[in-house]
Amino acid sequence: MQPTIPDVVQTIPLPYYIWFASALFVIGIVGVLTRRNAIIIFMSVEVMLNAVNLLLVAFSAYRSDPAGQVFVFFIMAVAAAEVSVGLAIIVMIYRNIQSIDIGLLNRLKG
Amino acid sequence: MNVNYIWYFLTFLTLVSAIMVVVVRNPIHSVLYLILTFFCISAHYVLLNAQFLAAVNVIVYAGAIMVLFLFVIMFLNLREYTAESKTNLVKLGAAVLGGVLLVIIVAALRSMQIEPLNKATYNSQVGMVESLGKVLFRDYLLPFELITVLFFVAMVGAVMLGKRETGERNF
Repeated sequence: MQPTIPDVVQTIPLPYYIWFASALFVIGIVGVLTRRNAIIIFMSVEVMLNAVNLLLVAFSAYRSDPAGQVFVFFIMAVAAAEVSVGLAIIVMIYRNIQSIDIGLLNRLKG
Repeated sequence: MNVNYIWYFLTFLTLVSAIMVVVVRNPIHSVLYLILTFFCISAHYVLLNAQFLAAVNVIVYAGAIMVLFLFVIMFLNLREYTAESKTNLVKLGAAVLGGVLLVIIVAALRSMQIEPLNKATYNSQVGMVESLGKVLFRDYLLPFELITVLFFVAMVGAVMLGKRETGERNF
């Protein structure tokens, strides 16, 4: 079975994937912290989800264990549901305050 | 090695386009960069021999989710530049915080021991539809069914949230 091992698995060490996924995750966090546009915050959350997906697939491929990829499948399904509800909420916010700047939502404070 | 160059190029492209998603002012450009990020991640999945997830990533993320984002942005007509209400100090603080977090993660994982690749038991076909389907419908059948319930609830929630109440004005 040896010749069928993917080249990337043979030549790229697994820590490279960990660093890469961590960088992607941190980019998502910085996006959530710096931006005020609710839609861009949502996109940053998607970037973070994808960083985790990539790490799960990398570990799954390096260990040749299919369970990790099944979990990625579930994460994608949950992300799709989350985006549909989240965007509906954003449209609702826009209807009420004519803006999607989250700074204007501080009136939600109790 | 040829594949190594492809790997480094894809990684670089993914990180740059992810940074552009966060930095760019125009939300539509942001969505387009995010689509590029997703395609690069799909290419990474192909390199890792996870063909099924590469296809699903393109169909679900780059297809469905990004169309939804683009639709909402055009629906709300956010094209014009709007001043962001965050100060530069907050942005600098967030960037520093992110950098510190990255350093902490990398430093915490430095002492990690990784078991070397076992070439005798390695199965390169795990990412294919056949093997994933067997695992999904044998070991993870209940979560799979629960996902359908989740989608139903999400659909009902989105419809309820998006419905215009009587007497409410249009856009």
